[in-house]
Amino acid sequence: MDELRDYYQDWLENRLKPTVDNFGSRQEEFSTASDIELKALYTPLDTKEIDYLDKLNFPGQQPFTRGVYPTMYRSRFWTMRQYAGFGTARETNKRYRYLLDQGQTGLSVAFDLPTQIGYDSDHDLARGEVGRVGVAIDTLADMETLFDRIPLDKVSTSMTINSPAAVLLAMYVAVAEKQGVARKKLAGTVQNDILKEYIARGTYIFPPEPSLKLVTDIFEFCSQELPRWNSISISGYHIREAGSDAVQELAFTLANGIEYVKSALKIGLKVDDFAPRLSFFFNAQMNFFEEIAKFRAARRLWAEIMRDRFQAQQDKSCMLRFHTQTAGAALTAQQPENNIIRVAYQALAAALGGTQSLHTNSFDEALGLPTEKSVKIALRTQQVLAQETGIADVIDPLGGSYLIESLTEELVARARDYLAEVEELGGMAEAIKAGFVQREIQETAYEMQRDIEEQREIVVGVNKYQEEDREIGDILKVDPELEKSQRRSLEEVRSRRDDQQVTEHIETIRAAAQQEENLMYPILEAVRDYVSVGEICGVLREEFGEYQTHHF
Amino acid sequence: MSADNIKVLIAKPGLDGHDRGAKVIARGLKEAGMEVVYTGLRQTPEQIVKAAVQEDVDVIGLSILSGAHGELFPVIMDKLTESGRNDVLVLAGGTIPDDDHQKLKDIGIREIFKPGTSIGKIVDFIRQEMDE
Repeated sequence: MDELRDYYQDWLENRLKPTVDNFGSRQEEFSTASDIELKALYTPLDTKEIDYLDKLNFPGQQPFTRGVYPTMYRSRFWTMRQYAGFGTARETNKRYRYLLDQGQTGLSVAFDLPTQIGYDSDHDLARGEVGRVGVAIDTLADMETLFDRIPLDKVSTSMTINSPAAVLLAMYVAVAEKQGVARKKLAGTVQNDILKEYIARGTYIFPPEPSLKLVTDIFEFCSQELPRWNSISISGYHIREAGSDAVQELAFTLANGIEYVKSALKIGLKVDDFAPRLSFFFNAQMNFFEEIAKFRAARRLWAEIMRDRFQAQQDKSCMLRFHTQTAGAALTAQQPENNIIRVAYQALAAALGGTQSLHTNSFDEALGLPTEKSVKIALRTQQVLAQETGIADVIDPLGGSYLIESLTEELVARARDYLAEVEELGGMAEAIKAGFVQREIQETAYEMQRDIEEQREIVVGVNKYQEEDREIGDILKVDPELEKSQRRSLEEVRSRRDDQQVTEHIETIRAAAQQEENLMYPILEAVRDYVSVGEICGVLREEFGEYQTHHF
Repeated sequence: MSADNIKVLIAKPGLDGHDRGAKVIARGLKEAGMEVVYTGLRQTPEQIVKAAVQEDVDVIGLSILSGAHGELFPVIMDKLTESGRNDVLVLAGGTIPDDDHQKLKDIGIREIFKPGTSIGKIVDFIRQEMDE
């Protein structure tokens, strides 16, 4: 190594420097999107301190830096899972069956905002929002339609639902019962990550404490009833979309994970009973190598946290399995076709980072909801990547790259600093209440905007190579009439119900909330009798109160 | 009117929680010398107009990504007129399809800024409008 160091110094001073002096450099300094300074060249000198077995090891072995499974994509590709939902359950069901026909391998449900915030479609605040950004679900009747002719023992389903997660999960279980599918066969994920809603995504209902209780009720229910179900998807995706950099995404996501584990231990769950079903969700942004290193760093850090801090005994409790979505914030409204290329690079980073499943964005999503055609291009992007490029044939193909390994180390170190800072504030719930996390993200978001405006960062078509705006043609339109038709169906379901029975269910849920019992069980009973999302969240609003946001 | 005297309400109508853009714009306008009030998430048209009247603002910037602009913006414009404040300069941004721009301009929204618009451009636009 000493000899190598001498050669390296010689190259730096006598070869690199004179050339730069003569021909100049594009930039004075180079750095990643998270401001990690980049050298011109990485060599074995940068990785010599990394103990292979301790820090990397083999795929499927702790700390899982190189992948959570021993075979990775050699046994099967990542799950291609496109997030979709709009309008009524009937229309969305049609889109799902189309996607499955096109070779998509898992479903991912987008709910509309009233559903996500626990209002029925006939609520005042739902005006204009029904079926807009996702499918409208009021009662089990809608959920039955949503999964009509989709065998729940054959697909895996991810549901982006947080505050009312218990209600929608209960509905999924109830639909499976009607299809005659055993609970132990149900595979999928419920997002159930409330902390990032306060930080970044905004669909919170209740204050943090009762919300965390609901989260852990789901952990408990899943560990008892749904062995193949991911009880949470701890999501850095939205933190990144809100403007954080890669280091913050990594650190705040793992800090949220730590908070959930602490909450679950507090209600008496055993770490190895619930930890194997925790899953994660990250963003794939543009800075290619940093993103790949981020996924690897996340796996290593989580394994160390679960093993050292929480004394998890099982390997499965220490595995960070994750879904990836390409970055919505990287999509441009200008020259939208360029987004197809952006998405392809981001998807490549996710696959090289060892993701378990992937959503690729459609190129027209900065302008509105994607059309069937743009969604198909997005899915085909993954299929081309998987089937034509050969990148999936070797596990962690960039492992051992001097650059990737040293970036992975650097991200681990920087995330640890942030984690320590959050600890000092008393953990993530406290850090959020104090506004620390929100402020950190906003600061980065603003700096990023300035970098673009001052052309320190280039966005093709936006601040360089601009063209006149032109029409891109179709975008998907949601028929405004559907709000009325959804309200009519809800009305109709309500008229068929036994009112006495509905009231009893609501009172049972109220009592369970007061006694701090697991709410999943009474909610499951209630949804079977078509008690609505809004009614269940309504009684919980009365018991728990609503979160009042502050601006930092 | 110099930028120092311009008062802006940045408002989030509808239920979507995406306020990265709203916050970045709020800060950018502040740094350009304007006085800025941000409403926070999930504001009804009634709440937005009430805040605009109470704060006596010159400009309202509506940020929405949920797709409910077609329903909510007309209500906001009507309520502004009812409150005798249709002199306020109303701008919008977020995810608003091109096809909807004309309809919104017809009800009095002066400009719709697409994703990727620079803060500088918005500041210039507001100053110019205020000068007239």
